Amino acid sequence: MSTSTVEAARPGLEAVLKELCLTALAGLALTVPLVAYETIDAAGGLQLASRWGSTIFIVVMLVLGRFGIILLRTPGRESWVAIGGGIAAAIGVLDLFRDGMTHLLGIISWPAITPTYTLSFLTGVGGAILAIRAIVQVSRRNSSTTKADRDARAEAIGDQVRKLVKVFAAIAVVFALTLPFLPFSNRYVIDVATLIVTYVMLGWGLNIIVGYAGLLDLGFVAFYAVGAYSYALAAQHLGISFWLALPFAGLLAASFGLILGFPVLRLRGDYFAIVTLGFGEIVRIVLINWYDVTNGPDGISGIPRPDFFGLASMTRNGSDGLPPFHEYFGLEYSSEHRIIFLYYLIVAMAALVALFTVRIRKLPIGRAWEALREDDIACASLGINRTTIKLAAFGISAAWGGFAGAFFATRQGFISPESFTFIESAIILAIVVMGGMGSLVGIAIAALLLIGLPEVFRDLAEYRMVAFGAGLVMIMIWRPRGLLSHREPSVLLANRPPPGPGRPSTRPVAAAGEAAE
Amino acid sequence: MLRIEGVHTFYGAIEALKGVDLHVEEGEIVAMIGANGAGKSTLLMTICGVTPARRGQIVFDSNDITAERTDNIVRRGIACSPEGRRIFPRMSVLENLRMGALTSDPARYDDNLATVFELFPRLKEREGQRGGTLSGGEQQMLAIGRALMSEPTLLLLDEPSLGLAPLVVKQIFEAIHRINSQRRMTVLLVEQNAHHALRLAHRGYVMVTGQITMTGTGRELLENPEVKAAYLEGGHA
Ligand SMILES: Nc1ncnc2c1ncn2[C@@H]1O[C@H](COP(=O)(O)OP(=O)(O)OP(=O)(O)O)[C@@H](O)[C@H]1O
Ligand SMILES: [Mg+2]
Repeated sequence: MSTSTVEAARPGLEAVLKELCLTALAGLALTVPLVAYETIDAAGGLQLASRWGSTIFIVVMLVLGRFGIILLRTPGRESWVAIGGGIAAAIGVLDLFRDGMTHLLGIISWPAITPTYTLSFLTGVGGAILAIRAIVQVSRRNSSTTKADRDARAEAIGDQVRKLVKVFAAIAVVFALTLPFLPFSNRYVIDVATLIVTYVMLGWGLNIIVGYAGLLDLGFVAFYAVGAYSYALAAQHLGISFWLALPFAGLLAASFGLILGFPVLRLRGDYFAIVTLGFGEIVRIVLINWYDVTNGPDGISGIPRPDFFGLASMTRNGSDGLPPFHEYFGLEYSSEHRIIFLYYLIVAMAALVALFTVRIRKLPIGRAWEALREDDIACASLGINRTTIKLAAFGISAAWGGFAGAFFATRQGFISPESFTFIESAIILAIVVMGGMGSLVGIAIAALLLIGLPEVFRDLAEYRMVAFGAGLVMIMIWRPRGLLSHREPSVLLANRPPPGPGRPSTRPVAAAGEAAE
Repeated sequence: MLRIEGVHTFYGAIEALKGVDLHVEEGEIVAMIGANGAGKSTLLMTICGVTPARRGQIVFDSNDITAERTDNIVRRGIACSPEGRRIFPRMSVLENLRMGALTSDPARYDDNLATVFELFPRLKEREGQRGGTLSGGEQQMLAIGRALMSEPTLLLLDEPSLGLAPLVVKQIFEAIHRINSQRRMTVLLVEQNAHHALRLAHRGYVMVTGQITMTGTGRELLENPEVKAAYLEGGHA
């Protein structure tokens, strides 16, 4: 036995070659059918185009990567792997941003090495992972610390991070407030920021159902849609202004939440998730088919922009008897005013949600939500009325979704059922889960990553979703309970410092008590 | 104080309680023993209204609480520490205790907390620790403490010794004894650990498949040959 483990630790040349050949074969078997040919639209119909370049590139990279893994098995070879992985990562990144860099900074164009953007991305990520593994391996070997020491250190770092989160949140707030006036800020940046903050708000809204009450809601987009359509229709048919319609949209969404809440309250877990999924789809299908009211798949256009608190209009020439914004304030006209105004509007709305959430967490109802997530039966025996608590979570969460929907409608000026598909629910849910359910800061970071990154990677066209997927996978590998899974206790003893790290549990063996009697 | 007459409880078509009669007087510790699946937990859940009785009557302090909602029953002064402890694992010890105080007067929260900490000083030491990382015995203390936070006059405990080492079982039973003798609290205790439970209790009941088959003082039951054979010697199947 022992000889064979030694053998495995220092494999002979033959074994290495055999492993590499197997990797190449497996790579070919996977890539040839999937990558080697693609159909393209050409004059005279579909044509088959070959992509042997990409295919061979993938196989070569797979073999190289495998070689790196083999090298890592032998102590002392890590530096090669680190260098090789680092080079691959650098090539990947440079290739990925070749257009962007030429574009933005005017650097001379970089000769692409990888065949496509997807492959640049995968090369970069693969190389980076290998390099990181090599470095971690070396540092583990060189440090004489035991696992317990490392855990203790990780715990200490965790405590530091927890302290930093507050600082970070403060910086983020200042950054969000000053963003439109920062030097690099332009129309595009503010637009992306507005989008991100919209998702932050949606994430914080859904967080009440999913993160606090612990109910997996797959149909959150329904409330978003209800909010958007209620404002759009109210504005179109009744000429109601945004500010009047906003509470109305929230209320309507909340009542939809309650209507959904009643039938699903008895359901738990998977069944609950499936019913909410169905509810989301029902709302979308009603929007498509109720043509007389919703204008079906054509959507509603010409949704009015919000005015400046009834004082000025955000259009160039003024409307509804209101003077234009720039005249009212004696400014030069700029089309950016409206964009900045919308940005601040969503920031204010999100801030409202955040303040509300922080407050309600410390109230009995907020605690009851969390208790419900933790243990349903214990809640029942403590006399918590689960029906009211769940309904409240639904109603409040839905109201926030509705507010965000009304904002979405007024910002886009056009809405159609296409904006409210299941994938929206999935993205918002991913933001909440990735952020670490219940953590406001974590959710904001997750929204920044999951919405911001694909926006930055827009050059990659449809491949940017690869970045989205890779981001999800990486978070799940490294932070399986979300980016910030720590939760601050909502009750503290008066004048007591926060306690140190918890002691691991020691559970006496179940039968011991009776056996010894 | 508590009087139960002819209570039948069903899970769907399964009849878990088949006409249970029992009473608990003020200041008593009453133990309920019985094999697995006898319906002991169901009885406690029925008393506190989580699985309401279909027939029969439950009277507490001369009020009929048979059909009352759990939160109202808790407000009337019955607290339950459910089977398997069921503390909130991600919440701190203090938050867990706070959850128990939802139905009681916030003005007396501090007093009640001090009472619990005095009874279980261990909980005060670990006040900020997450419930899920407590040891089994500490979790049981927390479960009892959480129930006490609602200022009950009747405390229902479901298998507080479940899965605990002998020494810890002893501590828990001592605590129950102190709750009863010092705080004048009435306790209805469900236990598999018949020996300990019957020694501690003033009176006991034996339940077999949803019915009470025997009753008497703790000592009487301890010495009863049937009880001895079924629940004391060589344990139980
Ligand atoms: N939620 C439920 N649905 C259906 N049947 C149930 C449910 N809970 C309990 N039962 C059934 O009711 C009967 C009594 O269960 P109960 O939990 O009250 O027993 P117990 O005396 O507490 O047993 P143990 O000592 O093992 O805890 C059992 O036959 C059990 O299978
Ligand atoms: Mg039981």
